[in-house]
Amino acid sequence: MIPELGHFAAVFALACSVAIVGIGFIGAQQLRTNWVEATCSLAKVQFVALFASFALLVICFLQDDFSVLYVANNSNTALPWHYKLVAVLGDHEGSFLFWILVTAIWTLVVALRGKRLPIELHGYVLATLGALNLMFLLFLLGTSNPFLRLVPNVPAEGADLNVILQDVGLLVHPPFLYVGYVGFAVAFAFAVAALMTGKVDSAWARWTRPYTNIAWVFLTVGIALGSWWAYYELGWGGWWMWDPVENASFMPWIVGTALIHSLAATEKRGAFKNWTVLLALMTFSLSLVGAFLVRSGVLTSVHAFAVDPQRGFVLLAILCVTTGGALVLYALRASTIRSRVQYWGISRELLLLINNALLVLAVSTVLIGTLYPLGYEWFMDGEKMSVGPPYFNSVFIPIMLVLAFFLAIAPVSRWKNTPMKLVKHSLLLLAGSVVVALGTSLVLADTLSVSVLCASALGIWIVVSHVQSIYRQRNSLTFGYLGMSVAHMGFAVTIIGVAVTSVYSDSRDVRLATGDSIELNERTYEFVSVERVRGPNYVSDQGRFLVDGIELKPERRQYLTRPTITTEAAISPGFTRDLFLSMGEPLDNGTWGVRVQEKPLVRWIWLGALIMGIAGITAAMDKRYRRLAARDPRTLGVVASS
Amino acid sequence: MMNPIRKQRVATIVFLLVGGFVTTGLALTALQSNIDHFYLPHRIVDGEAPIDQRIRAGGLVMPGSIVRNEEDLRVRFTITDLEGSTFDAEFEGLLPSLFEEGKGAIVIGQLKSDGVFYAQQVLAKHDENYEARETAHMKQYE
Repeated sequence: MIPELGHFAAVFALACSVAIVGIGFIGAQQLRTNWVEATCSLAKVQFVALFASFALLVICFLQDDFSVLYVANNSNTALPWHYKLVAVLGDHEGSFLFWILVTAIWTLVVALRGKRLPIELHGYVLATLGALNLMFLLFLLGTSNPFLRLVPNVPAEGADLNVILQDVGLLVHPPFLYVGYVGFAVAFAFAVAALMTGKVDSAWARWTRPYTNIAWVFLTVGIALGSWWAYYELGWGGWWMWDPVENASFMPWIVGTALIHSLAATEKRGAFKNWTVLLALMTFSLSLVGAFLVRSGVLTSVHAFAVDPQRGFVLLAILCVTTGGALVLYALRASTIRSRVQYWGISRELLLLINNALLVLAVSTVLIGTLYPLGYEWFMDGEKMSVGPPYFNSVFIPIMLVLAFFLAIAPVSRWKNTPMKLVKHSLLLLAGSVVVALGTSLVLADTLSVSVLCASALGIWIVVSHVQSIYRQRNSLTFGYLGMSVAHMGFAVTIIGVAVTSVYSDSRDVRLATGDSIELNERTYEFVSVERVRGPNYVSDQGRFLVDGIELKPERRQYLTRPTITTEAAISPGFTRDLFLSMGEPLDNGTWGVRVQEKPLVRWIWLGALIMGIAGITAAMDKRYRRLAARDPRTLGVVASS
Repeated sequence: MMNPIRKQRVATIVFLLVGGFVTTGLALTALQSNIDHFYLPHRIVDGEAPIDQRIRAGGLVMPGSIVRNEEDLRVRFTITDLEGSTFDAEFEGLLPSLFEEGKGAIVIGQLKSDGVFYAQQVLAKHDENYEARETAHMKQYE
């Protein structure tokens, strides 16, 4: 009964989304306030239906209802209850239902917060979001129904959740990622609405910015959580592989970052209007590209779900309809939007333009590298190849360093034009930063590295120049400006972390017997013992190591429900370095393959992302977004357009 | 004389075009030297795979073929397509936890003139249900 109710709730939500599209669209077109208000109510109903549907699926998991195919494939009675709770997100069907729920949540937020938007804009935004969820729901119910029953042959036991996913990471990584991914649908909907109404002004940008910021925050933190999760859970200390599916989440992030910057120019100066709208369309399109890459089976990766060609086909269709439709609308309507702005020299407009150009170039190189193997296989008759990390590193890193250079000038830049005096002053700071970076490298590192020098000099320069500008504006500091500055400093922390970890990490694979010890970077790791440990659904060989008086216990787990072995690394985390131990397979005469690693500043990578996240929220809390809500442009909008 | 706005617009477009070309050029150059082509066992046996160049190859790990060095972490194994073509691979380091006899594996490294594939990296499928795209279509051990 419960799965049927869940299924019914999803079908009911589908009906709501149809109504949201129709009523929202007509309400917007004919400026009928009560129609748009009805759309808001429908958004609430849609949310309740989808929340119920998702909750009922969770209940199926908690009750071990293996008559439901999805539960039977992804759960097991031996699975601890908190993993049953998150196992819903462990595979395609459940995670896509969650994606749809998130779309409904964003729609609800726009419905509730948007009461003061011009009626026309509000209606079109809701209708667009409704149309997206309509397609998603059709896809879910048509090809990936999580409530499908497995009768009459109900298995006594489930196949269990993929063991790599049996971790707290599954509770946090996908939700953050999805809220971010789907959050860009709101910016997409605002862009579509702007094209429909032909109005892209400062107010429009101001309405769009908080949504874009918050979506970006969730995606930033989601990607960082994924990186951190892969780092400790996959067991080998990698934090970014340029895996196609990682790229799938990274591409909307890059374009979303460009969008945040372009929106700033549109809001403050009425500049780059067309470009901003196009970026908003592209950001969510790349989210859909990501969904397609992960869910269609065209790629194999840690993240990819099981293969079903029909799903890939439907997703591709959704991608084409959404992106293609948006681009056609853009081609037809973009000419109605004009920006007439002038700027000279190294103005803030120019810097924002450079930011956008570099980020778009960066995303193009990632996109080329991600899709190239697929294209190659397609055109070369099944011939296979892959593009490895060296490609991405060689093109992406230089672009990021150039970006960091211009970013450091941001705090001294002014709209329209920047006095050269300020730029020269900032370049002096750069000279100082180079000296500090060089000095630090000479003291702390055995060998000098050009990339670490570049990254740390630029990082220090960014932090110093932003701290200085915050100090100068201490009496008139807005949340928006503070958020911008802190986000930039977070970026600096991340690039320093990336550079130092990549260059100065030490790693050794050795063969050790208990009682042996190994030295790495002047630390002695002593292999004390191995013992058999039993977990709820696994047995494991747990090693005991001593290093600097710290006990580390890496494990090698054999799961009982699935014929799978996993490596559980033992990490001694630290602000300046992580010590990382993992155990490979048992070899002859009681020896084990062991990997010992020391990874300096690896935490800075995620710390920087966290700082960027906090900064994004700070910026979204700026007073001017609320002040705007306090006025009542809804009536103004109606008057202006009727 | 162009008016300033048009001038600015032209400058922007030129800037974007030049940037676009430069990046595409850089990307393609970088791709040239960083592509790893994939070879099935029969192509390695037929000598189609280049020597001393970074490539990927893969197939199934032949049961009973895994030989470990007693001193260090060096290991040798044979990759087969179950249709008569095999090649030997050597690797030093920790094998992935799902590396198993009779299962699919992909080696990344260089084929040397002695016919042995010296792998810098070995990949096994990451889950018992999913098979690497490159070896998914091959015959499997029962």
